[in-house]
Amino acid sequence: MKEYLIIGNGTAACGCIEGIRSVDSSGRITVVSAEEHEVYCRPLISYYLEGKTDLSRMQYRGDDFYEKNNCSVLFGRRAVELLPDKKQIVLDNGDTLPYSELCLATGSSPFVPPFEGLETVEKKFPFMTLDDALSLEQAISKDSRVLIIGAGLIGLKCAEGISERVASVTVCDLADRVLSSILDSECASMMQHHLEKHGISFRLSDSAAKFEKNRAFMKSGAVVEFDVLVLAVGVRANVSLIKEIGGKVNRGVAVDSAMKTSVPHIFAAGDCAEVYDISAGMSRVLAILPNAYIGGYTAGANMAGGKAVFDNAIPMNSIGFYGLHAMTAGSYEGELYEEKTENSIKRLFVKDDLIKGFILIGCDERAGIYTSMIRNKTPVSSVDFEALKKAATTTAFSPDLRRKMFGGVV
Amino acid sequence: MKRVYVNEEWCLGCHLCEYNCAFANSGLSDMVLALKGKPIFPRIHIESGDKISYAVSCRHCEDPLCVKSCIAGALSKDCGVIKIDRNKCVGCFTCVLVCPFGALTPSESGIMQKCELCLQNACGEPACVKGCPNRAIVYEERGVAE
Repeated sequence: MKEYLIIGNGTAACGCIEGIRSVDSSGRITVVSAEEHEVYCRPLISYYLEGKTDLSRMQYRGDDFYEKNNCSVLFGRRAVELLPDKKQIVLDNGDTLPYSELCLATGSSPFVPPFEGLETVEKKFPFMTLDDALSLEQAISKDSRVLIIGAGLIGLKCAEGISERVASVTVCDLADRVLSSILDSECASMMQHHLEKHGISFRLSDSAAKFEKNRAFMKSGAVVEFDVLVLAVGVRANVSLIKEIGGKVNRGVAVDSAMKTSVPHIFAAGDCAEVYDISAGMSRVLAILPNAYIGGYTAGANMAGGKAVFDNAIPMNSIGFYGLHAMTAGSYEGELYEEKTENSIKRLFVKDDLIKGFILIGCDERAGIYTSMIRNKTPVSSVDFEALKKAATTTAFSPDLRRKMFGGVV
Repeated sequence: MKRVYVNEEWCLGCHLCEYNCAFANSGLSDMVLALKGKPIFPRIHIESGDKISYAVSCRHCEDPLCVKSCIAGALSKDCGVIKIDRNKCVGCFTCVLVCPFGALTPSESGIMQKCELCLQNACGEPACVKGCPNRAIVYEERGVAE
């Protein structure tokens, strides 16, 4: 009987469990979980603070998930070393666990730059885990002035989540715009104005140089007073376990399309791993939930002897703030097709007869039709692109393609 | 598994399926009370282009990208039917971003909704199929795609 071992207990681990069980119903599965929680929806921690969900509804799977899949979970334990020659891992309490197939689903950790005086700040929090959100919730009150370092996806969702529960929220970022990893200047500016209308203040092209208790001395020379500090500068993939044994690592753990690492019998998936982004033509960390699940599932199926591949990964995000949704996918290269109204922007990028990427703000209807064209590499010349760029519709596809899509099981 | 299919050459584009869908999922027994004078939020939509029209609803994919992408764990596959737990959905629109058919749409409250083949409501069988005047929409077994 096979011994499956998974380090991590997030979305990729859940996908891995379900992938293993799609092939092997009897092998033993052990999960090493640093967090003391059953698998939950990480991206919902801001919705929790906003009151749009609660702890029980945030469970990613049902109460009987581990039992039903016959998994044992070691809560509150960390893996500290891999022993690939013995096919074992060492835990933080000194115990060793054997494996026949191992999956690294170790995720990422907040990256905190070395700010001078950060240790003098009493109330400071990252915003990655449920425990981070619960600690932040304890620290804030109606009178709190909150300073968030980082205007990316994490920082801004945090801002939205707490804005109704605190006195003020200020977000700063060294970048000159919000959501700089997914939006260009004009799109970012639209989203920034929308956030400002809802009371969020921004200090862009500026960040803290130094802290003194409740004061941030900014690079620009300004001084920002705050009661609670949130650090959302960025994240780093947790790669040390496999790096220490000489496994191939770039920004994330290098894997092939079967999610195998360079070390035999060790797989990796989720935010700790790199996947091949077909829209950019390069391997990179795509720290988004769909990739974590699909990568995890692929790894699991292959650990159990199946033949799964994950070969159509692209970056894609759907992120909304106070009712305005931004959807982005792929890479922003090639010829630009653009449509704008006062409250919406659509940008499609076309190169080599393929849609390579898009940005949609306030015009998200049937956006998945564009996404599927990127993932499936549907030639633009095979569709009525004039109709399609105005509205995402399958009527722009050829009758043959439509029949294939709608005629049978897909 | 039985699914809803549309013969596009027979679809008149009359939109009756949208009304029947909204009514079947309204929880009300009087169609006038349920629909008259209100915006409707059906789970099936007519798409029309140059000389063609056809109804689109969830295809209940074998490999459902929406289920794998849902950040709230609200979408699941149960005996082949893709279901949504609307109590868990937070309205992030990730499913809209990934569904190749445009089959998930927001409800009046902003929470997502989708076709569940009327298996959960009082109709018990797809209302769009039952009410299609030209029998363009059918509920049948067609097996695996080519």
